[in-house]
Amino acid sequence: MLPLDLDALTGCLASSACLVTQTTSGFIIGMLLFLVAVGLTLIFGVLKVVNFSHGAFYMFGAYFAMTTYQFSGSFALAMLCGAAGTAIIGLIFERGFMSRVYGADVLMQLLVCYAFVLIFDDVVRMIWGPEFKSMGMPAAFQVAPLFIAGGVVPPYYLLLIGVALAAAVVLGLGLVRTRIGKVIRAAAHNPGMVSALGINTGLIYGGVFALGGMLAGLAGALAAPVRSLTPGMGFSVLIESFIVTVIGGMGSILGALIGALLIGLIRSFGSLGFPLFTEGLMYLFMVIVLVSRPTGLFGREVA
Amino acid sequence: MTELQAEQGTPALDVSRVEAKPRRNRDALIALAVFVVLALLPMVFSSKLLLDFVIRCAAYGLFATSLNLLVGYTGLTSFGHGMFFGLGAYGFGLMMQKTGVPIPVAFVATLAITFGVALVIGAICVRLKEIYFAFVTLAFQMLIHSTILSWVSLTGGDQGLRGGIPRPSFWGIDLSNHLHLYVMSCALLVIGLLLMCQIAQSPFGYTLRMIRDNATRASFIGIDVWRAKLTIFVLAALFASTGGIIMALFVSGAYPEFAYWTMSGEGIFINMLGGVTTFLGPMVGTVLFLVLNDTVTRLTDYHGLVLGIVILFFAIGLRKGLMDFVIEWYAQRRNGRGERD
Repeated sequence: MLPLDLDALTGCLASSACLVTQTTSGFIIGMLLFLVAVGLTLIFGVLKVVNFSHGAFYMFGAYFAMTTYQFSGSFALAMLCGAAGTAIIGLIFERGFMSRVYGADVLMQLLVCYAFVLIFDDVVRMIWGPEFKSMGMPAAFQVAPLFIAGGVVPPYYLLLIGVALAAAVVLGLGLVRTRIGKVIRAAAHNPGMVSALGINTGLIYGGVFALGGMLAGLAGALAAPVRSLTPGMGFSVLIESFIVTVIGGMGSILGALIGALLIGLIRSFGSLGFPLFTEGLMYLFMVIVLVSRPTGLFGREVA
Repeated sequence: MTELQAEQGTPALDVSRVEAKPRRNRDALIALAVFVVLALLPMVFSSKLLLDFVIRCAAYGLFATSLNLLVGYTGLTSFGHGMFFGLGAYGFGLMMQKTGVPIPVAFVATLAITFGVALVIGAICVRLKEIYFAFVTLAFQMLIHSTILSWVSLTGGDQGLRGGIPRPSFWGIDLSNHLHLYVMSCALLVIGLLLMCQIAQSPFGYTLRMIRDNATRASFIGIDVWRAKLTIFVLAALFASTGGIIMALFVSGAYPEFAYWTMSGEGIFINMLGGVTTFLGPMVGTVLFLVLNDTVTRLTDYHGLVLGIVILFFAIGLRKGLMDFVIEWYAQRRNGRGERD
């Protein structure tokens, strides 16, 4: 009953070419997921809310990048606009709406986010239309793919992995080494104390939300050349990045990175071995992690 | 508070003890009366639109009220309750299409399947708290949805379960007759609400409220919190599944949207709209939601946009449901009169 194709899976594991190709595509999925999930986990860690509309930020990033690219033809500018535009939306969303339901129960927070998922999807449908769109690969990357150990690796994939890894390093170092990072960690730990010390916590909350939105927007912009764009594209990404944060542990950046890579690899190799059950595999993995370690692989017990 | 006052010599609060049995009889009488009124409705208004509306209210109402057992009474914010609605619709539809058993057998078998699935999913989910619980139930919902989409040979994939559901008559009831279907839906709705009301008022129902208010304390006085949560999760799933069965009978098919996350979102919204502090709040919410949804769909293409703004209005502006307002207003009025007397 279960659609199994183990021959394809073992066959792939035996050939280095297939191994490289599948691993890179797993890394691509994983890195995009990481950028979305790390924003989610950061917002949760500091604000203690789960931004259920985070997928919409990913979607906005992709659409902003596409439009900028069509008008300017500059890929770098498209990335920048995708990230910056989404950061602004994140800031407005947090200051204008989410900040009103921090004290309320989870139900209210879910409802506000649910409302915005509906609104954002329809806004995108209004502006860009309901049909599938594609940005197209920028000219600079329309070159022959690299061959590593016989496997095909498009150069754009390397850029994508590089940008995502750079974001991970900058974020990780920034939180640990810089003053702002310290303030953010302090606000996550004890917001009352931080505000008593004369630091504007509202500003920090807004900033963290904008940062999370920016990362999701960057992921969307990076994904725009390789994925098709459609209203509602953010939702499956949201679910997957939530699985990532559950596996990695809410609030942990390293956890998000490891979780995202695991999910990426499960997706790319799972699509060979279990073509119809790839998503099921992810859920299965999540359930196993949850049952054995309810706080996730790198999560700490939340007091 | 009352104990404290009693120790200080002030008279303890007079808590009126309601005997369980008369109350149960009263509820049963009300349910019977409501059912008779609903059943006689077609004689007065024969409009098919109205009957259709009531049937949809029955399906959504059972779904939303059962969700309230989790959200309002136990404090379990399930964001994947729609999966049981979809499971009921698909389970029943497939059973009728593939096996051709009589409708009551398929009904019971569907509930049995739901019971099994809810037991497994619930056993995993109720270990988790708050937002984790919400999202893991959501993840399971998406798992069921993606299974329905990818298992094309059985479920018809994104086309849904087509070809109609055979509805052979049983016990003199012919569900392909619109009027019979209507009366049947009303009966299921009333019985379902009555049962859920009994659950909410039973000692078990009060255990659930205690778990919602203070789970640690509940476990200290010897309540098996995990088991109680799992029990209500499974019970609520059964009622949601019944709602799904009514829906499958109504549209004579099943569609993947029934199991999609928006179904759960709508359920939460309905609860919010009507209010989670009263038993009938979700039912009021259902009627409001269906009227709202039908109006918005007729008026505009961007129905998510309008619906989203209405949700925001309720969630940020009012912060409570309609029934909460009614109850508050009623209490205020009674208090006001009490002071004047």
